Amino acid sequence: MSGTSWVFGDNVDTDVLAPGKYMKSGIEELARHCLESVLPNFAADVRPGDFVVGGRNFGAGSSREQAPEALRHLGVAALVAVSYAGLFYRNAINLGLPAIVCANAGRIRAGDRLNVDPEAGRIENLSTGESLDCEPIPPHLAQLLRDGGLMPHLEKRLARERGIRS
Amino acid sequence: MPMNEAGSKAYATAQTLAQKIVARAAGKPAVTPGEIVICKLDLALMHDSGGPRRVKPLLEHLGARVWNPDRVVVVTDHYLPAHDDESRRIIEIARDWVRDAGVRNFYDGMGICHVVLPEKGHLRPGMFAVGGDSHSPTGGAFGAYMFGIGATEMLGVLVTGEIWLRVPQTILLEWTGRLADGIAAKDMMLAMCGKLGLDGGQYQAVQYSGETITALSMQERMTLCNMAPEVGAQTGLIAPDEVTRAWLEEAGVTKIDTSRWQGDPGAAVAAHHCFDAAALAPQVAAPHSPANAAPVAEHAGTRIDIAYIGACTGAKLEDMRMAARVLKGRRAASQVRLILAPASRRDQEIARAEGTLDAIIDAGASLLPTACGICAGYGANRLEENEVAITSTARNFKGRMGAASSRVYLGSAYTVAASAVAGHICDPREMLP
Repeated sequence: MSGTSWVFGDNVDTDVLAPGKYMKSGIEELARHCLESVLPNFAADVRPGDFVVGGRNFGAGSSREQAPEALRHLGVAALVAVSYAGLFYRNAINLGLPAIVCANAGRIRAGDRLNVDPEAGRIENLSTGESLDCEPIPPHLAQLLRDGGLMPHLEKRLARERGIRS
Repeated sequence: MPMNEAGSKAYATAQTLAQKIVARAAGKPAVTPGEIVICKLDLALMHDSGGPRRVKPLLEHLGARVWNPDRVVVVTDHYLPAHDDESRRIIEIARDWVRDAGVRNFYDGMGICHVVLPEKGHLRPGMFAVGGDSHSPTGGAFGAYMFGIGATEMLGVLVTGEIWLRVPQTILLEWTGRLADGIAAKDMMLAMCGKLGLDGGQYQAVQYSGETITALSMQERMTLCNMAPEVGAQTGLIAPDEVTRAWLEEAGVTKIDTSRWQGDPGAAVAAHHCFDAAALAPQVAAPHSPANAAPVAEHAGTRIDIAYIGACTGAKLEDMRMAARVLKGRRAASQVRLILAPASRRDQEIARAEGTLDAIIDAGASLLPTACGICAGYGANRLEENEVAITSTARNFKGRMGAASSRVYLGSAYTVAASAVAGHICDPREMLP
């Protein structure tokens, strides 16, 4: 997958990703306010296939799944960060949004064109010609991502179990 | 997981409290940090925001039922009071869903889920539990391994009764010495946030230990575990003892086993940090991170518009008692809005009966419902543009409680109350009787 990168710093929290004020709204409305308090034009200008790049502890804070869901809704293809808050990381993978751990995420600049292979754990920075090694996604989570997230994964599992029973 | 030589050797070695609880839930004699295990849930807690309104359509889509309704607890706390149509709809979904799903453990308007859960006797040492809220590690105060998950993962739990876990390492946070009067668990926690940073916990288990912890009441212990996510831990644990037992017995819990749920002496930990309680001053975390903690003197004199005593973190009975000690016979400064939203109905009723509530209200506080409210940026009372607040809550991320230009300082209920009286951030020790 290839797209343009949007770069944020350390500790991007779930309150800026999914502001409490809009949590009662549907994802469409909520996503319009994603990251607005740190980058007001983000939701309007991000394009399907783009990447969101963070520093340390991306997604700190709440369990609200709308944080990764808003990014997915806006068409973000994958996240790249030095590290993630554990709860956010689980939520992103469960929604089928690849969250890639890359110690050198800080070398990516806003607007860089990237080619990202989540399973191989490899990023080509098409703008600088640099390639960045990432941590491969653990096998049990790679399977979840291949299924498209936890929902389709559960659908498969239930269909299998029901098949066995009938 | 195959038992290789290193694994079997590790199995013979001492286990932390976290490992023991996870091993039991995974049906294994022992577990090794880093190992991926599937654990069976003893309990799943949901609230109205992340709970029924999110999982109901997913369950319907799958045509699946709840694995065991008696292990599910639902509490309404985020969209109460339901001040508009959307909020009312969300609360109605919760009420309808528990009935349809056969969930009998439903607490509607009784307070904030993390405080109501133990009050109603649902927690006990050694449990393995999840909650659909990041502050779910509050249950760790009772020696339960409890952590927060999102809605889709909750769906997985509801359908299967299981969840995967990477067995955590334990980070030991040891406190020695005695807290001075006017210093609370909240000050300890903010000091730890300052030292460890927002990601110092590395999504592992932190365990609070030492004589200072042993001397804390249950509600103060809850404050520490509640904020384990603020240091980036998956959960926060305190080994159960006689204080735990006495509290739980009062909540109607029977067959409490405290001796089984202790870490083995010499169990390997990832890190061991030591803190001196006697040297601790009141702490205040400046905008926009709990990790921006410093002794109150660094921020003394900062003018405030709002003083908010609220949330599962900071408006339990004992937090209210702290505030009342400062506020009794005093008034909040005229330009400050002092707000109290008790963490649970039970705590509010006790506070009312003993005069604690009156002391706070007589100081000029407005009383809001026992719900999450401002802390989560929900409801009708959000912070306005450029407002400055000091709160007893857990998080002060940018815009969390309202306008992006608002600024939130975190402190103990003592510090919030004293600052309300002074009109600016101040050291509560100056105002204690």
